[in-house]
Amino acid sequence: MIALLKRDLALAVRAGGGFGLALAFFLIVVTLTPFAVGPNSATLSVIAAGILWLGALLSCLLSLDRILALDFEDGSLELLATAPIPLEGVAATKAVAHWLTTGLPLTLVAPALGVLLNLPEGGYLWLTLSLAIGTPALSVIGTFGAALTVGLKRGGLLLSLIVLPLYVPTLIFGAEVARRGAEGMSLDTPLAILAGITLATIALLPFASAAAIRINLR
Amino acid sequence: MSERLTRPTSLWEYANPRRFMALSGFLLPWVAIGTAATLLIGLVWGFFFTPDDYRQGSTVKIIYVHVPSAMIAINCWLMMLITSLVWLIRRHHVSALAAKAAAPIGATMTVIALLTGAIWGQPMWGTWWAWDPRLTSFLILFLFYLGYMALWAAVENPDTAAELTSVLCIVGSVFAVLSRYALVFWNQGLHQGASLSLDKEENVSDVFYWPLLLCIAGFVGFFILLILIRTRTEVRARRLQALIARERMA
Amino acid sequence: MMPDLGKYAADVLAAYAVSLGLIAVLLIVSLRQSRKTRTALRQVEESRQAKASAQQGSATGNG
Repeated sequence: MIALLKRDLALAVRAGGGFGLALAFFLIVVTLTPFAVGPNSATLSVIAAGILWLGALLSCLLSLDRILALDFEDGSLELLATAPIPLEGVAATKAVAHWLTTGLPLTLVAPALGVLLNLPEGGYLWLTLSLAIGTPALSVIGTFGAALTVGLKRGGLLLSLIVLPLYVPTLIFGAEVARRGAEGMSLDTPLAILAGITLATIALLPFASAAAIRINLR
Repeated sequence: MSERLTRPTSLWEYANPRRFMALSGFLLPWVAIGTAATLLIGLVWGFFFTPDDYRQGSTVKIIYVHVPSAMIAINCWLMMLITSLVWLIRRHHVSALAAKAAAPIGATMTVIALLTGAIWGQPMWGTWWAWDPRLTSFLILFLFYLGYMALWAAVENPDTAAELTSVLCIVGSVFAVLSRYALVFWNQGLHQGASLSLDKEENVSDVFYWPLLLCIAGFVGFFILLILIRTRTEVRARRLQALIARERMA
Repeated sequence: MMPDLGKYAADVLAAYAVSLGLIAVLLIVSLRQSRKTRTALRQVEESRQAKASAQQGSATGNG
């Protein structure tokens, strides 16, 4: 599994574009926001936490179809399915690789982009923390969506349609943590639920993803 | 008749679809008559012969289409979940096809519930739409239906499509319930205590109760009727596909 | 016969129109699909049966 993880990471970094694309997209979303809502810094600071979460979520969505599609096309997914490690482990590893190349960098640049949107002072820590806790769930759910649509020729748009409703709970609680943190309110409950969602999806969804991959490979 | 059903011939590949077609063909006219009668009586009673509510005026009459459609919208997904599980566990083809047949009905009912709710909300709450948890969860339910139907439409192999959509339906159910509770939490976080939602128990007094019950029964009958019609269509379509494929092979 | 709907008449009527309209569309679409697949299936099956009986006829004729 570690070898597979290393291979996926190397491919993501070397294949060029895939790695930095999500970050660039995140930056563009944040840049475009003031053009859409106006440069009033008071308005921006109110919506900053939500926009950053939404931007991170959409950037995450961009690279989902790469999780499995390339391996499916060149046949290495079938090799992985017959490999000694269980397919559930493969699905989990793919999700981890996706998070390390997408979720983690997004989390790290989010505070910097928060400055652009005039995020209130107290919000930086909680924004980063909520993204760090929440984005793994986005990667795992996204891997499930990718597994469902891997056999399709033009699955990209369908993938978004399937995955976005599944993102609702994560987005609600994640953005709630960031928003409450920015406003200095108590945030124990949403933080705990967000962590719960992430842990539950990591524990359970790889099984569903593996089942979907098996169906698609048959 | 019974001999023809129990003896597998080449007419239908599977014993089960044949039995389903026979039974549903027998039931169809009765369900249709029952549905038409119940729905007609319920709606006419509700529309013409119930008094206006002292608070809501005549808009209370919208309840006779709003509540039944909302109930069907939710329970349709439940039915799809059950049929998906039956398909994954027992491998009854009719079950998977029934789930496929149900999705557009559920989506339509969700739209009806949303639209009638908006029309009701406009004079009552002064707004077409509010991000109330109940409204929002219906919008999200609609998105789930869309994704489910899109996946059915996108996958070419019918068996693969049935399995993938079943998996999506099961995972989606978990996330739909999760979203429902997330939305309750989210809304409370936004405006504490201020609830736009009408208290249904308080609203429904005896005068409205019986016609509403009839309307709900009528909608359920309509749902069953459509499921039967659409599932029969799907079974025939599968049979047609199989025949055409065999023709090409020969 | 029309009940007095008061100032909300437009709202109530619109709600009923939308609901009944969508239900009617759903029903019509379902019925049309049903009819279409039924006739298509019947055609294919009849042609198969015709072919099968033709083959049978030729087989017995040769025998």
